[in-house]
Amino acid sequence: MINILGKVPTILMLVSPILITATGGMICERSGVVNIALEGLMIFGAFAAATAHFFLEPVIGPNSVWIALLVGACFGMLFSLIHAFAAISLNADQTVSGTGINLLANGVTIFLAQILFKQDRTKQFMLGMMPGPGGIYPTAYIALAVIAVVWFVLYKRPYGLRLRSCGENPQAAASVGINVTSIRYVAVLASGFLAGLAGSCLVLTTNTQFNSTTVNGHGFIALAVVSFGRWKPLGIAGASLLFGTALAFSIIASDVTILRQFPTEMFNIMPYAITLLTLVIFSGKNYAPLAAGKPYEKGAS
Amino acid sequence: MTGKGHKRGIRELLLSSDGALSVMVVLLGFLCGTILILCVGRNPLGLYKAVIQVLTGWSIKLGRWDIRYVGEWLAQSMPFILCGLSMAFAARTGLFNIGGEGQYVVGITVAQVFAILGPQVPVLHWVLALTLAILAGAVWGGIVGWLKARFEVSEVVATIMLNYIALYGSRILIMRIPGTNTYKTPDFPKTALLGSDFLSQLTNGSLLNLGMIFVIISVVAYWFIIEKTRMGFGLRATGFNKEAARCSGIPVMRSVVLSMAIAGAFAGLAGGIVSLGSFKYGRVLASNDGYGFTGIAVALVGNNTAVGTLLAGLLFGMLSSAQGLMQSNGIPKEITFIIQGLVVIFIAIRTGFRMFFKYTMKAKNGGEVARND
Repeated sequence: MINILGKVPTILMLVSPILITATGGMICERSGVVNIALEGLMIFGAFAAATAHFFLEPVIGPNSVWIALLVGACFGMLFSLIHAFAAISLNADQTVSGTGINLLANGVTIFLAQILFKQDRTKQFMLGMMPGPGGIYPTAYIALAVIAVVWFVLYKRPYGLRLRSCGENPQAAASVGINVTSIRYVAVLASGFLAGLAGSCLVLTTNTQFNSTTVNGHGFIALAVVSFGRWKPLGIAGASLLFGTALAFSIIASDVTILRQFPTEMFNIMPYAITLLTLVIFSGKNYAPLAAGKPYEKGAS
Repeated sequence: MTGKGHKRGIRELLLSSDGALSVMVVLLGFLCGTILILCVGRNPLGLYKAVIQVLTGWSIKLGRWDIRYVGEWLAQSMPFILCGLSMAFAARTGLFNIGGEGQYVVGITVAQVFAILGPQVPVLHWVLALTLAILAGAVWGGIVGWLKARFEVSEVVATIMLNYIALYGSRILIMRIPGTNTYKTPDFPKTALLGSDFLSQLTNGSLLNLGMIFVIISVVAYWFIIEKTRMGFGLRATGFNKEAARCSGIPVMRSVVLSMAIAGAFAGLAGGIVSLGSFKYGRVLASNDGYGFTGIAVALVGNNTAVGTLLAGLLFGMLSSAQGLMQSNGIPKEITFIIQGLVVIFIAIRTGFRMFFKYTMKAKNGGEVARND
């Protein structure tokens, strides 16, 4: 029990990227666009951040992580533009276009790595992000800030109300003069930005380079978090904490005698099994935004 | 369908035929890939040389002919075709099966366990192993269908969760096999292997194996079930309009479970064939093989038809088995993933292409709009 407290930084390190991505996913789905491209967008972000940090670190020193974070986030946003354009402007099937981006992500990032570094991963940077007081990485504070700001905007500002109305009933929203298209674009781009940011956080705190297994399903966990957290900020924060802890246990377990007898994979399975179970238990009541996944066509009833 | 006898050329064809649109989308994917290679200062001919070598066995670089490449291409295509059929079958019933990967992994796992622990009787051993793989895939898919029908759990979310449960569950299970280290099990007994001396000699020592027969049977079975049986009609009707199907007395609940189970069976078979055909030992999977995910693209390109999926599977298998050659021709092999991803995105926005074609035709014909099917 004593050393659980000592593991808090590890847990927070793993929770932060999941929370940030899930927040993005929530914004996106609340506006009515399903985004299963989160995984791919995280991959883009992680790659861009690792690359930017590798090139900038020798020039401006360890502080280049902050620029790397921003670069990663913008790279994620750039590719989410494809999803936004397909899903919103062309009424494409949102699951299909998301799948396309996921496929593209592995290809484009490793392709660029082969061109830039002549190997199938980025070169190692010297120092990643440094932990602050108590061994806690700054990404934890970023995640906290993100979810707080998003909660404030979604529930306390008129823009948030408009965004949520687009996800529930876009026709009704449009009838009171809300620009559904523009709001959905903003939401998808925001989710791309946050997924990219989360990918950057992930690579800068848990790794020293980007490779094809850096992200390894974190985006899909975030997707599970969004469903499990019932599309609400507080729920998502709680779900991220739960899932991140489960993931951390797969790392921590080897230090704790009682846990060592279980295969570490058991802790890897937990987030997915819990999500599936809760979806079954709480079936019947639909918490998902009503219009999520349905293209909005102007004038169609 | 327009079918009024007007000749409007290629745009008309692209508007009315899904197949033509798929061909265009694939060509567009290759075009973008070529441009990308040019942008990074490599020679795109390396891509096409690799493609030709895989398709014909003729190596332009060496001026030599080796049919082994064709054999490897066919062997490589098998899981793509089967996972494509898996996705396509579900899609015909209006379901989106992202779970091909999980069903494939379950198939691999069961086949590997049975290959090592099952009775070593010639022929029967691998037949049973494949059968169990098919059943395991069907159960894994059926669970999704049941959750969807009984609890209204979105099949997209459920399949993604089950993919990871399958992956980690497989690791736990396979590592329990005696003599297994962190990445492989002991070698399979000879009786479990799908390798065939005849097919291998025919293709100069490639990995082409008896799985090919099952792939052909699967394609025919897919076509037969969907197009020719009462059950297939019920499934398709459910896909077109759930409510209408329910009103005409089709058991929608059962259709959903059945369709996911059959979809899973195809992916499970793919897992069985890959594990017993391409490897001589069981693998402790560190990450997904990706066939299940690429299967989505295969089905999309093939428009969910039997022949289309077969052709699309061969295309993706070709890209996959050309990777090594591309790499040696100075083209990063990831270009194939990029082409695949682009193709899927283009398919997603095909309504956009159609809108564009209609718009340009409208402009040309003075306001007359071609009707879309």
